[in-house]
Amino acid sequence: MTVARQDFLVDLRAVRFAYGEREILRGIDLSVRRGQVVAIMGGSGCGKTTLLRLIGGQLRASAGQVVVDGADLAGLSRAALYGLRRRMGMLFQFGALFTDMSVFDNVAFPLREHTDLPPELVRALVLMKLNAVGLRGAEALSPAELSGGMARRVALARAIALDPMLIMYDEPFAGLDPISLGVIGQLIRRLNDALGASSIMVTHDIHESLEIVDYVYFVSDGRIVARGTPDEIRASDDPFVHQFVHAEADGPVPFHYPAPSLAASLLGEVGA
Amino acid sequence: MSGVIGFLRRVGSRTVDMVWRLGFATRFFGLVLLYSGQSFRRLHLTIREIYFAGVLSLLIILVSGLFVGMVLGLQGYETLQRFGSSDALGVLVALSLTRELGPVVAGLLFASRAGSAITAEIGLMKVTEQLKAMDMMAVSPIARVVAPRFWGGVVSMPLLAALFTAMGILGGWLIGVVFIGVDDGAFWSQMQAAVDFRYDVMNGVIKSIVFGVAVSLIAVFEGYDCTPTAEGVSRAITRTVVSSALAILALDFVLTSFMFRGQS
Amino acid sequence: MSRTVLDLWVGFFVVIGAAALLFLSLKVGSFSGFNSSNTYVLQAPFDNIGGLKVRAPVKSAGVVVGRVAEIRFDPATYRAVVSFSVDARYAFPRDTIATILTSGLLGEQYVGLEPGGDVDMLGEGDTVMITQSAVVLEKLIGQFMFDRAAE
Ligand SMILES: Nc1ncnc2c1ncn2[C@@H]1O[C@H](COP(=O)(O)OP(=O)(O)OP(=O)(O)O)[C@@H](O)[C@H]1O
Ligand SMILES: [Mg+2]
Repeated sequence: MTVARQDFLVDLRAVRFAYGEREILRGIDLSVRRGQVVAIMGGSGCGKTTLLRLIGGQLRASAGQVVVDGADLAGLSRAALYGLRRRMGMLFQFGALFTDMSVFDNVAFPLREHTDLPPELVRALVLMKLNAVGLRGAEALSPAELSGGMARRVALARAIALDPMLIMYDEPFAGLDPISLGVIGQLIRRLNDALGASSIMVTHDIHESLEIVDYVYFVSDGRIVARGTPDEIRASDDPFVHQFVHAEADGPVPFHYPAPSLAASLLGEVGA
Repeated sequence: MSGVIGFLRRVGSRTVDMVWRLGFATRFFGLVLLYSGQSFRRLHLTIREIYFAGVLSLLIILVSGLFVGMVLGLQGYETLQRFGSSDALGVLVALSLTRELGPVVAGLLFASRAGSAITAEIGLMKVTEQLKAMDMMAVSPIARVVAPRFWGGVVSMPLLAALFTAMGILGGWLIGVVFIGVDDGAFWSQMQAAVDFRYDVMNGVIKSIVFGVAVSLIAVFEGYDCTPTAEGVSRAITRTVVSSALAILALDFVLTSFMFRGQS
Repeated sequence: MSRTVLDLWVGFFVVIGAAALLFLSLKVGSFSGFNSSNTYVLQAPFDNIGGLKVRAPVKSAGVVVGRVAEIRFDPATYRAVVSFSVDARYAFPRDTIATILTSGLLGEQYVGLEPGGDVDMLGEGDTVMITQSAVVLEKLIGQFMFDRAAE
């Protein structure tokens, strides 16, 4: 696959990142071509949210390059970074809706902050976005009155309010029933194509995502351990991929956070 | 021996910690001022915060002001009449309120009513990643969330202190003149003769402005700086109330010694 | 809560806050420090000012006509020089006597001005030449006891 670098909207090269002493990412190479929907998968706590934060410029890589739309994030001023972020949308893992505003105001927030559109137009746009996630009737509710899945859908509507060029979804399917899950999955794909945007999706739902994405990365232990198109993934006999696709407890992806063995911990406790 | 070293180490790390936080707070103050433009250009953001900091504190301020004034009236009369100068009750009540009790007590009430609420709100926004989400939407949380709350507090505090003082004087009047029977004319005229606008009233107002800045800054800083957990927020709220109280009392001492040094 | 209700409340709050400030400045306090534009400054040397303080009132016939602005020690004459500002509406003759008096037995001390009969009036920066020092209670008591002893 030989593609010119400028075809990539997002391009991570040998990115490393550590929270304090603990290194989370140890050399990630990942790229998203314009117009693609890319899924990132990996065990819980392996650093997927961290990866999205790096792409959004909220965290700085300790080594390597993060390039978004041709700009190396490390060299950007705050103003330039904010300029770039206006063209990004992010769905946070826990929604992160503004609790002091109604659903309507939440979705209207980016529009009001960044545009001078007249109120009627803002209203029309917001209702369109809410309609897309099936919550037009909930515009007057406060975030406290929403279920987890509804909150995530509102957050999704907010993330796409400004028609961004890059949309990042942190676990868009968590807490959704199978029906909404299918609808949201299709929505993500359609939005991406309609807006001419590119999307990065962190998810655990391998079967749903294989239906809609163009490319999949598997992250484990701070590295990309497998990658490929959905067809390649389905046909893959890579142990990681196999473990994921078939949801096996035993395999290369560790279920436990790094620790001494349970027996050793318990004995140590008694001995102390 | 190791106990002494451990103690010294704790003192040392505490000190280093405090200096760090002080530095952070100063830098944060600079940032808040730098990003204040929006709070004035989009006035409704600040007006909303004046509502939460000021209007919602009205009741407690008015009621406490009235009671503090009534107690001053009772105690002041009790003491003054021993020297046969109960006519000076107005002076005593007005001077103690305008110079000290008004700004200080209103500041303490403001810190525990509005300051803690500001810390809690910002802290919870941090816990639920609302601040990060806002930052991700290219909206600076300091400009959009912190600065309006800061200015809302700064505007509310002097008004609350003035209301507290006025209410207290009315309370003193109620007890002294209406219930005890001190002469109404003497109460007000002696007060007017002894209380100077520039010297007493204005200095009290200046104090309340300084306290407003201090409490609002502490409140927004503790909220913004808290550890993003339920426990972290609750600890930040406690710290807001405690540090605000200490700051008010210390600043009051410093300001008093500048304002009223060696004069009447 | 709708924006109008919010604005209304905040407007109400600001208005009563301003009213409280107005109450404090008009009803509780007074603008004793006359505007410096319509005052003039006089000086008066005293042998002893007792407990006179800056900002103490200056009275004539019991009416406040000014305030003490500054008190300093003159090393050349070893006397205290009191500067005070007087309301420009009132003019005093050159031979006015300045006295340091006490309101009541233990009350605050103030400067009393007793006008003379000169046709020339005191102007900005002039000095009141005839002065009478404060009565120091300790001295008075001492004198009283001395006199008693002498009898
Ligand atoms: N603020 C932080 N400070 C220190 N360590 C952190 C911080 N945030 C995350 N971590 C650590 O970084 C690792 C990766 O976190 P991250 O949130 O990226 O995981 P994730 O892949 O999104 O997991 P999940 O699928 O459960 O959401 C975790 O092991 C976590 O312990
Ligand atoms: Mg995550």
